Amino acid sequence: MINMKNVHKAFGPKKVLRGLTLEVPKGTSMVIIGGSGTGKSVALKCVLGLIAPDSGEILVDGKPADSGDRDAFLARFGMLFQGGALFDSLTVWQNVAFRLLRGSLKRPAEEARAIAIEKLRRVGLTPDVADLFPAELSGGMQKRVGLARAIAAEPEIIFFDEPTTGLDPIMAGVINELIREIVVEMGATAMTITHDMSSVRAIADNVAMLHDGVIQWTGPVAQLDNSGDPYLDQFIHGRAEGPIEAVR
Amino acid sequence: MNPLALLARLGRAVLSALAAVGRIAIFAFGAFAHILRPPYYPRELFNALLNVGWLSLPVVGMTAIFTGGALALQIYSGGARFNAEAVVPQIVAIGMVRELGPVLVGLMIAARVTSSIAAEIATMKVTEQIDALVTLSTHPMKYLVAPRVLAALITVPLLVGIGDIIGIAGGYAVAVQNLGFNAAAYLQNTVDFLELRDVVSSLAKGAVFGVIAALMGCYYGMHSGRGAQGVGRATKSSVEAAAVLILAANFVLTGVFFSI
Repeated sequence: MINMKNVHKAFGPKKVLRGLTLEVPKGTSMVIIGGSGTGKSVALKCVLGLIAPDSGEILVDGKPADSGDRDAFLARFGMLFQGGALFDSLTVWQNVAFRLLRGSLKRPAEEARAIAIEKLRRVGLTPDVADLFPAELSGGMQKRVGLARAIAAEPEIIFFDEPTTGLDPIMAGVINELIREIVVEMGATAMTITHDMSSVRAIADNVAMLHDGVIQWTGPVAQLDNSGDPYLDQFIHGRAEGPIEAVR
Repeated sequence: MNPLALLARLGRAVLSALAAVGRIAIFAFGAFAHILRPPYYPRELFNALLNVGWLSLPVVGMTAIFTGGALALQIYSGGARFNAEAVVPQIVAIGMVRELGPVLVGLMIAARVTSSIAAEIATMKVTEQIDALVTLSTHPMKYLVAPRVLAALITVPLLVGIGDIIGIAGGYAVAVQNLGFNAAAYLQNTVDFLELRDVVSSLAKGAVFGVIAALMGCYYGMHSGRGAQGVGRATKSSVEAAAVLILAANFVLTGVFFSI
């Protein structure tokens, strides 16, 4: 379980998180929605320790995220980055097997390659892409490779940062389905941030809306359309008029 | 302007400069700590050795040979003003080994390697590849910085040594072909004149300049701003800082080695 309690984070004078409190039960898929610049990515990065919160508490399975063996802590996580964040200088299979080629999860190269090819197959890519470089792939293929890398070491917790941004609707649907299948199949705890409402409905068990640095609304995805929250209604229906001020 | 305001502005500039020196010193200390502590990434080190050392050879060789040749011509024509044309081999040797070899190689490495390291790491930062490294349980200082700094520490002294030899060869070729020097006598004068201290200082300068060049590339890359402008600024700042620090370090090291 991931538990964020009263987390604050500011960058200079800009207060991004103003007391974020959120609970993600083990084995469930939580999707965080919210406008651009509301701190969704910052919240994910705070859990991973990529950004240190100014105050508040983040617990993973009841233990503070910033204590204990960092390597063992991170080994429990997989993350799909918005742009893929694939390493340009490594081939596709070396990207996927990155964690299996070094560190505490190191395996022999042949075994790591075999696992990478299996994970590529799992995300719908054929073994012939294994020896290509990321620059030789389309955006959709790069997302799939990023997804394969995120699941390569079979993590307990997977984060997805804008998984469908920049993809056409069909490819976005494919990625959404893959994410849902993989999360269910692995029994992993998932946290996704997105603006894409089709992703929300495809991926989420629970939804949280982040606005003005706090969770404005949270609940099961089934209650999304009848929440009665004017902020959430404006966001999910994409209305310009409402309590959320649109900058024009 | 109010003299106090001027003083305050000066104070802020000094404090900011001191803070920058402190940040770079902490970064350098961290880089060396990661060089010494496992895990090690031999593949990354090999790639860095190739990039910093082997692939810099053509530019270092070309710079050294033309500089050695030009130096011979300058000393010959300048020396002719007081009938000292015969000192060409000695001055080319001492000039290349003590000063021009290390400084020019250092500056060429700053131009070629520092810029490439800064641009590569800054792009990795902008595209979240450095965050990805962290989530994959890999320390960016260990994976990106330590191999590059170690590779520069190993290869730049070698490049300086090669540059010194090629520079002297350039001077030799010009002196023998164009200025009528006897080939055997030129070589004999060169070897007789150079001291061990000259060569040691040259290689030591190379090691220091290599570390400066790699550290500046890594530091500015890791602290890059966002977007293409951030990458561009990081690259420019890294080369400027490396070049200035190399020249400043050259002055200090020359004083250390040759002050009597």
